[in-house]
Amino acid sequence: MSRWTEEYFIEKGLLLTAISSIIIIGLIIIFIFKEGIPAIQSYGFFNFVFGMNWSPSEGQYGVFPMIIGSLGITLLSLLMAVPLGLLCAIFLAEVAPARMRKVLNPTLQTLAGIPSVVYGFFGLILLVPFMRAQFGGTGFSMFTASVILTVMILPIIVSVSEDALRSIPHEYKEASLALGATHWQTIKNVIFPAAIPGVITSVILGMGRAVGETLAIIMVAGNVVQIPGSIFDPVRALTSNIAIEMGYATGIHYNALFATGIVLIFMIIVLLIIANYLHYKKKVTIGGGYL
Amino acid sequence: MDTKYIIGIVVALIIIVGAFLVLGGGGNSEQKISIAGSTSVQPLAEKLATEYMKKNPDVKISVQGGGSSVGIKSVQDGTANIGTSSKSLKSDESTGLTQYEVAKDGIAVVANKQNTVSGLSLDQIKGIFTGNITNWKEVGGSDAKINVIIREDGSGTRDAFQEIVLGKTSNDTKVAFVKEAIVQSSTEAVQQTVAQDPNAIGFISFATVKDAKALNVNNVAPSEATIMDDTYKIQRPFLFLVKGDAQGAIKAFIDWVNGPEGQAIIKDDKLVPVGKVVTGNSTK
Repeated sequence: MSRWTEEYFIEKGLLLTAISSIIIIGLIIIFIFKEGIPAIQSYGFFNFVFGMNWSPSEGQYGVFPMIIGSLGITLLSLLMAVPLGLLCAIFLAEVAPARMRKVLNPTLQTLAGIPSVVYGFFGLILLVPFMRAQFGGTGFSMFTASVILTVMILPIIVSVSEDALRSIPHEYKEASLALGATHWQTIKNVIFPAAIPGVITSVILGMGRAVGETLAIIMVAGNVVQIPGSIFDPVRALTSNIAIEMGYATGIHYNALFATGIVLIFMIIVLLIIANYLHYKKKVTIGGGYL
Repeated sequence: MDTKYIIGIVVALIIIVGAFLVLGGGGNSEQKISIAGSTSVQPLAEKLATEYMKKNPDVKISVQGGGSSVGIKSVQDGTANIGTSSKSLKSDESTGLTQYEVAKDGIAVVANKQNTVSGLSLDQIKGIFTGNITNWKEVGGSDAKINVIIREDGSGTRDAFQEIVLGKTSNDTKVAFVKEAIVQSSTEAVQQTVAQDPNAIGFISFATVKDAKALNVNNVAPSEATIMDDTYKIQRPFLFLVKGDAQGAIKAFIDWVNGPEGQAIIKDDKLVPVGKVVTGNSTK
């Protein structure tokens, strides 16, 4: 084999592995659309997306309450996990002594490795009764689900943000300290702003996990198809809807569940576009500090 | 050197695969039975099939779910040898089928063990699950809101409960559950929820009641005896359906299921063994 052909095959081989993920995602999307479109066609796009009733046994397929449910659970959990995660990451990257980091990092990794069904069961047995005692109602609620999700996405946000904070060039910190800034002023005004793109990436990853989480949510969110009046009302997420009913679905019901998947994909795409836009914006304004 | 190894491995693989094909496929005396249908009957059918195959190694039984309607349909058009159903057949469904009622399953209405209410009438249960009764004091309990727990759409237990307790409206549509009811996707999740929440009410298969309290229905406590003699009202049959008359291996299997060994397995599952051929169009 000549050097040229070898080079050629390796290049093409690498190209093939690189685009395989695109091919796979393309095939998945085609399949989901193929299965889901019939339901949207026969039930009507607006009836489907903005319909308020989901009752397959009576032929009603409206997913709007579940869109609200998914968004609500995700945003509420980000609201709790992002501040907590960032402060924790700053502590780990800048303040914590090495010995403490040695204990904290493996702990966080373990937290990330616990299967979601275990989180769900923990939530069902301990958190739900606790919420019922504290806030009344049934204990199954958007808030309960968000608390469980917060714990699940915390490790992602902490570890990715910590890496971002750590990869800021040392000169930044030294220059700031040399100008007479305190350690906290340096973190607040120099290190953190420079690490923002990485921090946003961590939030995107956390958000992805929150939107896609299914099993733990099924066990603690109550799965009632309704627009919640408060954060202590039970809700059903899009993912839960698919997982709960897929085992039994036939005919149009089956297609409607795939259509639920289409809605979910679009929701994730929109959230990703927003997040990537922010990422891009910050990258430009910060100038030399991007990662 | 390397090539020799690879050739060696390939040859070994071919010999192994070939041996499997020759020896495994050679058993032409093997008989196959396929069972399909109700997801509620599925665990029992699987257990029966496993035991039967242990005793009769030359019979292969495959068990699939799909729901009672799938069971009826697939036995009618011959894609399954035995269809299973957890509801009585309508007259137009049962034409040409022999129905074997292998067991009865009671559906228990469960509440928390601390709940002072020990029994309800069918009408009260219907009122609670449709949302007309919302406070325990309306049915003789303490002044607290009733938290209704139900199963997900499509569950066999939910279907049976809805049909028996909630019934149908005048224009033949099913009466819906109360909208605010919490949906749990497994028997165990319903049981755990009721076991922790003093104000919750739910329904699960009688066989699985453990951490919750089964309520009396119309003053009858659920038990094997009351399910057997039909005095406990919320119950459903587990049916095996065969097209025409069962013959050969299929007949042997069903006879075994309805014989002492099969009935013992059914009892182990806390179901009530029946073991009779249903005559006429419908049991109820």
